Amino acid sequence: MSKRIEERGYITPEVLVSTGWVQEHLNDPEIRIAESNEDPLLYSSNHIPGAVEIDWTRDLNDPVRRDYLNREGFEGLMRRIGATRETTIVLYGDKNNWWATYAFWVLQLFGHTRAKIMDGGRLKWVKEYRPVSREVPRYPATQYQAPERDNTSFRAFRDQVLQHLQKKQPLVDVRSPEEYRGERLHMPEYPNEGALRGGHIPGALNIPWGCAVNTEDGTFKDSVELRKIYLDENKLHPGDNVIAYCRIGERSSHTWFVLRYLLGFTNVRNYDGSWTEWGNMVQVPIENPSVGTRHEAAA
Amino acid sequence: MKQLPERFGRVLELLENLDPADRVQMLVDTARTFRSVPASVAEKPYPVENRVPGCESEAYVWAQPGASGTLNYYFAVENPQGISAMTLAAILADSLSGVPLEDVAAIPADVVFRIFGRELSMGKSLGLMGLVNMVRAEANRHLLASRAENSS
Repeated sequence: MSKRIEERGYITPEVLVSTGWVQEHLNDPEIRIAESNEDPLLYSSNHIPGAVEIDWTRDLNDPVRRDYLNREGFEGLMRRIGATRETTIVLYGDKNNWWATYAFWVLQLFGHTRAKIMDGGRLKWVKEYRPVSREVPRYPATQYQAPERDNTSFRAFRDQVLQHLQKKQPLVDVRSPEEYRGERLHMPEYPNEGALRGGHIPGALNIPWGCAVNTEDGTFKDSVELRKIYLDENKLHPGDNVIAYCRIGERSSHTWFVLRYLLGFTNVRNYDGSWTEWGNMVQVPIENPSVGTRHEAAA
Repeated sequence: MKQLPERFGRVLELLENLDPADRVQMLVDTARTFRSVPASVAEKPYPVENRVPGCESEAYVWAQPGASGTLNYYFAVENPQGISAMTLAAILADSLSGVPLEDVAAIPADVVFRIFGRELSMGKSLGLMGLVNMVRAEANRHLLASRAENSS
Protein backbone atom coordinates (compact mmCIF):
# COMPACT_ATOMS: atom_id res chain seq x y z
CA MET A 1 0.00 0.00 0.00
CA SER A 2 1.31 3.46 -0.90
CA LYS A 3 2.29 5.94 1.79
CA ARG A 4 0.14 9.00 2.32
CA ILE A 5 1.04 11.70 -0.20
CA GLU A 6 2.35 14.09 2.45
CA GLU A 7 4.68 11.38 3.77
CA ARG A 8 6.32 10.65 0.43
CA GLY A 9 8.83 13.48 0.52
CA TYR A 10 7.79 15.25 -2.66
CA ILE A 11 9.03 18.77 -3.28
CA THR A 12 5.54 20.02 -4.23
CA PRO A 13 3.14 17.53 -2.66
CA GLU A 14 0.17 19.84 -3.00
CA VAL A 15 -0.15 19.06 -6.73
CA LEU A 16 -1.19 15.52 -5.92
CA VAL A 17 -4.38 14.51 -4.13
CA SER A 18 -5.67 11.12 -3.08
CA THR A 19 -8.90 9.50 -4.19
CA GLY A 20 -10.16 9.98 -0.64
CA TRP A 21 -9.43 13.71 -0.78
CA VAL A 22 -11.34 13.98 -4.04
CA GLN A 23 -14.34 12.18 -2.58
CA GLU A 24 -14.35 14.63 0.33
CA HIS A 25 -14.35 17.54 -2.13
CA LEU A 26 -17.03 16.35 -4.55
CA ASN A 27 -19.26 19.29 -3.69
CA ASP A 28 -16.56 21.89 -3.12
CA PRO A 29 -17.46 24.91 -5.31
CA GLU A 30 -13.81 25.92 -5.53
CA ILE A 31 -12.87 22.59 -7.07
CA ARG A 32 -13.61 21.42 -10.58
CA ILE A 33 -12.92 17.74 -11.17
CA ALA A 34 -12.01 16.88 -14.76
CA GLU A 35 -11.49 13.52 -16.43
CA SER A 36 -9.14 13.19 -19.38
CA ASN A 37 -8.83 9.85 -21.15
CA GLU A 38 -7.50 8.23 -24.22
CA ASP A 39 -10.62 6.10 -24.67
CA PRO A 40 -13.32 8.47 -25.93
CA LEU A 41 -16.15 6.44 -24.38
CA LEU A 42 -14.83 6.02 -20.85
CA TYR A 43 -16.09 9.30 -19.43
CA SER A 44 -19.56 8.71 -20.86
CA SER A 45 -19.64 5.18 -19.47
CA ASN A 46 -19.30 6.70 -15.98
CA HIS A 47 -17.15 9.18 -14.10
CA ILE A 48 -16.65 10.77 -10.73
CA PRO A 49 -19.91 12.56 -9.82
CA GLY A 50 -19.72 16.17 -10.91
CA ALA A 51 -16.62 15.64 -13.06
CA VAL A 52 -16.42 17.31 -16.45
CA GLU A 53 -14.58 15.85 -19.42
CA ILE A 54 -11.53 17.42 -21.03
CA ASP A 55 -10.91 15.54 -24.24
CA TRP A 56 -7.28 15.71 -25.28
CA THR A 57 -7.98 15.86 -29.00
CA ARG A 58 -11.18 17.88 -29.10
CA ASP A 59 -10.49 20.28 -26.23
CA LEU A 60 -6.73 20.70 -26.00
CA ASN A 61 -5.50 20.54 -29.57
CA ASP A 62 -5.89 22.93 -32.45
CA PRO A 63 -8.30 21.23 -34.87
CA VAL A 64 -6.13 21.97 -37.90
CA ARG A 65 -2.47 22.56 -37.04
CA ARG A 66 -0.37 20.31 -34.85
CA ASP A 67 -0.44 22.65 -31.90
CA TYR A 68 -2.45 23.35 -28.79
CA LEU A 69 -5.47 25.53 -28.48
CA ASN A 70 -4.87 29.26 -28.43
CA ARG A 71 -5.77 31.75 -25.71
CA GLU A 72 -9.34 32.20 -26.93
CA GLY A 73 -9.80 28.47 -27.16
CA PHE A 74 -8.47 27.98 -23.65
CA GLU A 75 -10.75 30.68 -22.30
CA GLY A 76 -13.67 28.97 -24.02
CA LEU A 77 -12.74 25.62 -22.49
CA MET A 78 -12.51 27.06 -18.99
CA ARG A 79 -15.79 28.92 -19.41
CA ARG A 80 -17.43 25.71 -20.58
CA ILE A 81 -16.33 23.75 -17.52
CA GLY A 82 -17.33 26.63 -15.25
CA ALA A 83 -13.84 27.44 -14.04
CA THR A 84 -12.40 30.79 -13.08
CA ARG A 85 -8.75 31.68 -12.53
CA GLU A 86 -9.36 30.85 -8.86
CA THR A 87 -10.84 27.39 -9.47
CA THR A 88 -8.66 24.44 -8.63
CA ILE A 89 -8.83 21.88 -11.42
CA VAL A 90 -8.35 18.30 -10.23
CA LEU A 91 -7.47 16.03 -13.13
CA TYR A 92 -7.64 12.27 -13.41
CA GLY A 93 -7.97 9.73 -16.19
CA ASP A 94 -7.12 6.39 -17.72
CA LYS A 95 -3.71 5.01 -18.63
CA ASN A 96 -2.14 5.91 -15.26
CA ASN A 97 -3.05 9.56 -15.72
CA TRP A 98 -1.18 10.03 -19.02
CA TRP A 99 -3.84 12.35 -20.36
CA ALA A 100 -4.51 13.93 -17.01
CA THR A 101 -0.89 15.02 -16.71
CA TYR A 102 -1.01 16.08 -20.36
CA ALA A 103 -4.02 18.30 -19.59
CA PHE A 104 -2.26 19.52 -16.45
CA TRP A 105 0.73 20.46 -18.59
CA VAL A 106 -1.49 22.38 -21.03
CA LEU A 107 -3.05 24.23 -18.07
CA GLN A 108 0.45 25.33 -17.10
CA LEU A 109 1.09 26.67 -20.61
CA PHE A 110 -1.73 29.10 -19.84
CA GLY A 111 -0.57 29.79 -16.32
CA HIS A 112 -3.44 28.01 -14.57
CA THR A 113 -1.38 26.93 -11.59
CA ARG A 114 -4.33 25.91 -9.45
CA ALA A 115 -4.29 22.34 -10.69
CA LYS A 116 -3.86 18.93 -9.14
CA ILE A 117 -3.62 15.32 -10.22
CA MET A 118 -5.62 12.57 -8.52
CA ASP A 119 -3.06 9.95 -7.56
CA GLY A 120 -3.78 6.56 -9.11
CA GLY A 121 -6.19 7.96 -11.68
CA ARG A 122 -9.49 6.56 -12.79
CA LEU A 123 -8.63 2.91 -12.25
CA LYS A 124 -7.81 3.43 -8.56
CA TRP A 125 -11.10 5.26 -8.02
CA VAL A 126 -13.05 2.45 -9.70
CA LYS A 127 -11.17 -0.32 -7.90
CA GLU A 128 -11.95 1.33 -4.57
CA TYR A 129 -15.66 1.22 -5.46
CA ARG A 130 -16.01 4.95 -5.00
CA PRO A 131 -19.15 6.56 -6.40
CA VAL A 132 -19.54 7.05 -10.13
CA SER A 133 -22.20 8.72 -12.20
CA ARG A 134 -23.32 8.86 -15.82
CA GLU A 135 -24.84 12.29 -15.39
CA VAL A 136 -22.99 14.97 -17.33
CA PRO A 137 -22.90 18.05 -15.09
CA ARG A 138 -23.58 21.52 -16.39
CA TYR A 139 -21.95 24.48 -14.67
CA PRO A 140 -22.79 28.11 -15.24
CA ALA A 141 -20.40 29.65 -17.76
CA THR A 142 -17.74 31.80 -16.17
CA GLN A 143 -15.67 34.76 -17.18
CA TYR A 144 -12.14 33.57 -17.71
CA GLN A 145 -9.28 35.65 -19.00
CA ALA A 146 -6.14 33.74 -19.85
CA PRO A 147 -2.72 35.02 -20.79
CA GLU A 148 -1.25 34.09 -24.15
CA ARG A 149 0.09 30.56 -24.22
CA ASP A 150 3.64 30.39 -22.84
CA ASN A 151 5.67 28.19 -25.17
CA THR A 152 8.97 28.86 -23.45
CA SER A 153 8.88 27.63 -19.86
CA PHE A 154 7.59 24.09 -20.12
CA ARG A 155 7.60 23.31 -23.81
CA ALA A 156 10.49 22.46 -26.14
CA PHE A 157 10.58 22.59 -29.95
CA ARG A 158 12.67 20.64 -32.41
CA ASP A 159 15.35 23.30 -32.96
CA GLN A 160 15.76 23.68 -29.23
CA VAL A 161 16.10 19.91 -28.92
CA LEU A 162 18.77 19.92 -31.59
CA GLN A 163 20.70 22.63 -29.74
CA HIS A 164 20.14 20.77 -26.50
CA LEU A 165 21.74 17.58 -27.76
CA GLN A 166 24.61 19.48 -29.35
CA LYS A 167 25.31 20.99 -25.92
CA LYS A 168 25.04 17.49 -24.45
CA GLN A 169 22.32 18.57 -22.05
CA PRO A 170 20.10 15.84 -20.65
CA LEU A 171 17.29 14.39 -22.71
CA VAL A 172 14.96 11.81 -21.25
CA ASP A 173 13.28 9.35 -23.59
CA VAL A 174 10.36 7.94 -21.61
CA ARG A 175 9.27 5.37 -24.19
CA SER A 176 9.67 1.63 -23.80
CA PRO A 177 13.20 0.18 -24.13
CA GLU A 178 12.15 -1.47 -27.41
CA GLU A 179 11.14 1.86 -28.90
CA TYR A 180 14.28 3.50 -27.56
CA ARG A 181 16.50 0.83 -29.09
CA GLY A 182 14.76 1.23 -32.43
CA GLU A 183 13.41 -2.30 -32.40
CA ARG A 184 9.92 -0.96 -32.77
CA LEU A 185 8.38 2.34 -33.79
CA HIS A 186 5.63 2.24 -31.22
CA MET A 187 5.03 1.05 -27.69
CA PRO A 188 4.39 -2.64 -27.09
CA GLU A 189 0.82 -3.67 -27.91
CA TYR A 190 0.28 -0.36 -29.57
CA PRO A 191 0.07 0.40 -33.25
CA ASN A 192 2.66 2.33 -35.18
CA GLU A 193 1.97 6.02 -35.15
CA GLY A 194 3.67 7.10 -38.26
CA ALA A 195 7.41 7.45 -37.60
CA LEU A 196 9.64 6.55 -40.52
CA ARG A 197 12.75 5.93 -38.45
CA GLY A 198 13.30 4.07 -35.20
CA GLY A 199 15.74 4.75 -32.40
CA HIS A 200 16.21 7.75 -30.16
CA ILE A 201 17.67 11.22 -30.02
CA PRO A 202 21.43 10.80 -29.55
CA GLY A 203 22.49 10.95 -25.94
CA ALA A 204 18.96 10.57 -24.56
CA LEU A 205 18.58 8.54 -21.40
CA ASN A 206 15.89 5.88 -21.48
CA ILE A 207 13.77 6.13 -18.36
CA PRO A 208 10.34 4.69 -19.24
CA TRP A 209 7.49 6.71 -17.75
CA GLY A 210 6.19 3.66 -15.88
CA CYS A 211 9.28 3.67 -13.64
CA ALA A 212 7.58 6.42 -11.66
CA VAL A 213 4.43 4.46 -10.90
CA ASN A 214 3.57 1.71 -8.41
CA THR A 215 2.25 -1.13 -10.52
CA GLU A 216 -0.16 -2.40 -7.86
CA ASP A 217 -2.31 0.74 -7.61
CA GLY A 218 -1.05 3.21 -10.21
CA THR A 219 0.05 5.76 -7.61
CA PHE A 220 3.31 7.66 -7.90
CA LYS A 221 6.33 6.17 -6.16
CA ASP A 222 7.69 8.05 -3.16
CA SER A 223 10.55 10.49 -3.47
CA VAL A 224 13.17 8.03 -2.19
CA GLU A 225 12.33 5.60 -4.97
CA LEU A 226 12.03 8.37 -7.57
CA ARG A 227 15.38 9.90 -6.58
CA LYS A 228 16.99 6.48 -6.85
CA ILE A 229 15.72 6.12 -10.42
CA TYR A 230 16.23 9.60 -11.80
CA LEU A 231 19.13 10.92 -9.72
CA ASP A 232 21.17 7.94 -8.56
CA GLU A 233 20.78 5.55 -11.47
CA ASN A 234 20.53 8.09 -14.29
CA LYS A 235 22.65 10.88 -12.84
CA LEU A 236 20.12 13.64 -13.35
CA HIS A 237 20.21 16.62 -11.02
CA PRO A 238 17.27 18.88 -10.08
CA GLY A 239 19.21 21.87 -11.40
CA ASP A 240 19.69 20.30 -14.85
CA ASN A 241 18.12 21.70 -17.96
CA VAL A 242 16.08 18.62 -18.98
CA ILE A 243 13.89 17.87 -21.99
CA ALA A 244 11.59 14.85 -21.90
CA TYR A 245 9.99 13.27 -24.93
CA CYS A 246 8.04 10.18 -25.96
CA ARG A 247 5.89 9.56 -29.05
CA ILE A 248 3.44 12.45 -29.09
CA GLY A 249 4.12 14.11 -25.75
CA GLU A 250 1.60 12.41 -23.50
CA ARG A 251 3.84 9.95 -21.67
CA SER A 252 6.54 12.61 -21.40
CA SER A 253 4.08 15.02 -19.77
CA HIS A 254 3.75 12.34 -17.08
CA THR A 255 7.54 12.33 -16.55
CA TRP A 256 7.61 16.14 -16.79
CA PHE A 257 5.14 16.20 -13.90
CA VAL A 258 7.28 13.81 -11.85
CA LEU A 259 10.50 15.71 -12.43
CA ARG A 260 9.09 19.18 -11.94
CA TYR A 261 6.67 18.71 -9.06
CA LEU A 262 7.61 15.54 -7.25
CA LEU A 263 11.38 15.89 -7.52
CA GLY A 264 11.65 19.66 -7.85
CA PHE A 265 13.50 19.99 -11.16
CA THR A 266 13.37 23.70 -11.90
CA ASN A 267 14.09 23.60 -15.62
CA VAL A 268 12.33 20.72 -17.32
CA ARG A 269 10.40 20.91 -20.57
CA ASN A 270 8.24 18.55 -22.57
CA TYR A 271 9.08 18.10 -26.26
CA ASP A 272 5.55 17.43 -27.51
CA GLY A 273 6.67 16.95 -31.11
CA SER A 274 8.43 13.89 -29.71
CA TRP A 275 9.26 10.86 -31.83
CA THR A 276 6.45 11.35 -34.34
CA GLU A 277 8.25 14.56 -35.29
CA TRP A 278 11.88 13.59 -34.74
CA GLY A 279 11.56 10.16 -36.34
CA ASN A 280 10.15 11.75 -39.49
CA MET A 281 12.45 14.75 -39.88
CA VAL A 282 15.06 14.84 -42.60
CA GLN A 283 18.72 14.88 -41.58
CA VAL A 284 18.33 15.03 -37.82
CA PRO A 285 20.69 12.78 -35.88
CA ILE A 286 19.36 9.46 -34.62
CA GLU A 287 20.89 6.66 -32.62
CA ASN A 288 19.56 3.24 -33.46
CA PRO A 289 21.36 0.47 -31.62
CA SER A 290 19.21 -2.20 -33.24
CA VAL A 291 20.87 -1.55 -36.60
CA GLY A 292 24.16 -0.42 -35.11
CA THR A 293 24.15 2.93 -36.82
CA ARG A 294 24.30 6.50 -35.77
CA HIS A 295 23.35 9.22 -38.21
CA GLU A 296 25.18 12.43 -37.45
CA ALA A 297 23.50 15.78 -37.80
CA ALA A 298 23.99 17.61 -41.04
CA ALA A 299 26.61 20.33 -40.76
CA MET B 1 -16.90 -1.15 -53.56
CA LYS B 2 -18.77 -4.10 -52.07
CA GLN B 3 -21.83 -3.20 -50.06
CA LEU B 4 -21.61 -3.69 -46.34
CA PRO B 5 -23.53 -6.61 -44.83
CA GLU B 6 -27.09 -5.44 -44.28
CA ARG B 7 -27.28 -5.57 -40.50
CA PHE B 8 -23.82 -4.05 -40.10
CA GLY B 9 -24.68 -1.30 -42.58
CA ARG B 10 -27.85 -0.47 -40.67
CA VAL B 11 -25.89 -0.06 -37.43
CA LEU B 12 -23.44 2.27 -39.12
CA GLU B 13 -26.21 4.28 -40.72
CA LEU B 14 -27.96 4.64 -37.40
CA LEU B 15 -24.79 5.82 -35.67
CA GLU B 16 -23.94 8.29 -38.40
CA ASN B 17 -27.34 9.89 -38.16
CA LEU B 18 -27.12 10.53 -34.45
CA ASP B 19 -25.75 13.75 -33.03
CA PRO B 20 -22.35 13.28 -31.35
CA ALA B 21 -23.69 13.10 -27.78
CA ASP B 22 -26.37 10.56 -28.66
CA ARG B 23 -23.87 8.53 -30.63
CA VAL B 24 -21.49 8.35 -27.68
CA GLN B 25 -24.39 7.29 -25.47
CA MET B 26 -25.42 4.58 -27.88
CA LEU B 27 -21.84 3.33 -28.11
CA VAL B 28 -21.56 3.22 -24.32
CA ASP B 29 -24.87 1.36 -24.12
CA THR B 30 -23.59 -1.06 -26.74
CA ALA B 31 -20.47 -1.73 -24.64
CA ARG B 32 -22.77 -2.83 -21.84
CA THR B 33 -24.18 -5.55 -24.11
CA PHE B 34 -20.73 -7.01 -24.71
CA ARG B 35 -20.41 -10.65 -23.68
CA SER B 36 -16.97 -12.18 -23.43
CA VAL B 37 -16.16 -15.39 -25.27
CA PRO B 38 -17.94 -18.37 -23.69
CA ALA B 39 -15.83 -21.03 -21.99
CA SER B 40 -17.04 -23.51 -24.59
CA VAL B 41 -15.03 -21.58 -27.19
CA ALA B 42 -11.98 -20.46 -25.22
CA GLU B 43 -10.69 -20.37 -21.67
CA LYS B 44 -8.02 -18.29 -20.01
CA PRO B 45 -5.18 -17.93 -20.56
CA TYR B 46 -6.23 -17.08 -24.07
CA PRO B 47 -3.88 -18.17 -26.86
CA VAL B 48 -1.61 -15.44 -28.14
CA GLU B 49 -2.58 -16.26 -31.74
CA ASN B 50 -6.09 -15.01 -30.99
CA ARG B 51 -4.86 -11.70 -29.63
CA VAL B 52 -5.47 -8.63 -31.80
CA PRO B 53 -2.11 -7.16 -32.76
CA GLY B 54 -1.76 -3.52 -31.83
CA CYS B 55 -4.85 -3.37 -29.61
CA GLU B 56 -3.90 -2.02 -26.21
CA SER B 57 -7.28 -3.03 -24.80
CA GLU B 58 -6.00 -6.64 -24.98
CA ALA B 59 -8.72 -7.84 -27.32
CA TYR B 60 -8.99 -11.41 -28.62
CA VAL B 61 -10.97 -12.82 -31.52
CA TRP B 62 -12.27 -16.31 -32.25
CA ALA B 63 -14.32 -17.62 -35.15
CA GLN B 64 -16.41 -20.78 -34.95
CA PRO B 65 -18.33 -22.46 -37.78
CA GLY B 66 -21.91 -21.25 -38.04
CA ALA B 67 -24.85 -21.97 -40.31
CA SER B 68 -24.45 -22.41 -44.09
CA GLY B 69 -20.69 -22.09 -44.15
CA THR B 70 -20.62 -18.84 -42.20
CA LEU B 71 -18.80 -18.05 -38.97
CA ASN B 72 -19.83 -16.87 -35.54
CA TYR B 73 -17.41 -14.39 -34.01
CA TYR B 74 -16.45 -14.23 -30.35
CA PHE B 75 -14.36 -11.72 -28.50
CA ALA B 76 -12.64 -11.06 -25.20
CA VAL B 77 -11.42 -7.69 -23.96
CA GLU B 78 -9.07 -8.08 -21.02
CA ASN B 79 -8.60 -4.40 -20.22
CA PRO B 80 -11.57 -3.43 -18.02
CA GLN B 81 -11.23 0.15 -19.26
CA GLY B 82 -11.31 -0.90 -22.92
CA ILE B 83 -14.82 0.41 -23.45
CA SER B 84 -14.34 1.24 -27.14
CA ALA B 85 -12.98 -2.23 -27.86
CA MET B 86 -15.97 -3.76 -26.07
CA THR B 87 -18.35 -1.62 -28.10
CA LEU B 88 -16.75 -2.60 -31.38
CA ALA B 89 -16.61 -6.26 -30.39
CA ALA B 90 -20.30 -6.22 -29.48
CA ILE B 91 -21.19 -4.65 -32.84
CA LEU B 92 -19.04 -7.07 -34.84
CA ALA B 93 -20.28 -10.14 -32.97
CA ASP B 94 -23.90 -9.15 -33.38
CA SER B 95 -23.86 -7.93 -36.96
CA LEU B 96 -21.29 -10.16 -38.66
CA SER B 97 -21.94 -13.59 -37.16
CA GLY B 98 -23.76 -15.71 -39.72
CA VAL B 99 -22.91 -13.32 -42.58
CA PRO B 100 -21.41 -14.79 -45.81
CA LEU B 101 -17.63 -14.90 -45.53
CA GLU B 102 -17.08 -12.89 -48.72
CA ASP B 103 -19.05 -10.01 -47.24
CA VAL B 104 -17.17 -10.06 -43.96
CA ALA B 105 -13.80 -10.27 -45.70
CA ALA B 106 -14.66 -7.21 -47.78
CA ILE B 107 -15.39 -4.87 -44.88
CA PRO B 108 -12.96 -1.94 -44.88
CA ALA B 109 -11.08 -1.48 -41.62
CA ASP B 110 -11.78 2.24 -41.57
CA VAL B 111 -15.40 1.55 -40.65
CA VAL B 112 -14.16 2.34 -37.14
CA PHE B 113 -14.34 6.03 -38.06
CA ARG B 114 -17.95 5.63 -39.13
CA ILE B 115 -18.66 4.01 -35.79
CA PHE B 116 -16.64 6.21 -33.43
CA GLY B 117 -16.18 9.39 -35.46
CA ARG B 118 -13.05 11.11 -36.68
CA GLU B 119 -11.93 12.24 -33.25
CA LEU B 120 -10.29 8.94 -32.37
CA SER B 121 -6.59 9.18 -31.58
CA MET B 122 -4.37 7.55 -34.16
CA GLY B 123 -3.33 4.92 -31.65
CA LYS B 124 -6.86 4.11 -30.64
CA SER B 125 -8.15 4.00 -34.21
CA LEU B 126 -5.36 1.72 -35.39
CA GLY B 127 -5.99 -0.60 -32.46
CA LEU B 128 -9.69 -0.79 -33.28
CA MET B 129 -8.92 -1.29 -36.96
CA GLY B 130 -6.75 -4.21 -35.85
CA LEU B 131 -9.86 -5.76 -34.34
CA VAL B 132 -11.78 -5.41 -37.62
CA ASN B 133 -8.80 -6.70 -39.56
CA MET B 134 -8.60 -9.80 -37.42
CA VAL B 135 -12.26 -10.60 -38.08
CA ARG B 136 -11.67 -10.07 -41.80
CA ALA B 137 -8.60 -12.30 -41.65
CA GLU B 138 -10.61 -15.07 -39.98
CA ALA B 139 -13.27 -14.81 -42.68
CA ASN B 140 -10.63 -14.85 -45.37
CA ARG B 141 -8.84 -17.83 -43.88
CA HIS B 142 -12.03 -19.89 -43.76
CA LEU B 143 -13.04 -18.70 -47.20
CA LEU B 144 -9.76 -19.85 -48.73
CA ALA B 145 -9.96 -23.14 -46.87
CA SER B 146 -13.47 -23.83 -48.11
CA ARG B 147 -12.52 -22.92 -51.69
CA ALA B 148 -9.52 -25.23 -51.53
CA GLU B 149 -11.74 -27.99 -50.19
CA ASN B 150 -14.30 -27.48 -52.94
CA SER B 151 -11.70 -27.53 -55.70
CA SER B 152 -10.04 -30.73 -54.49
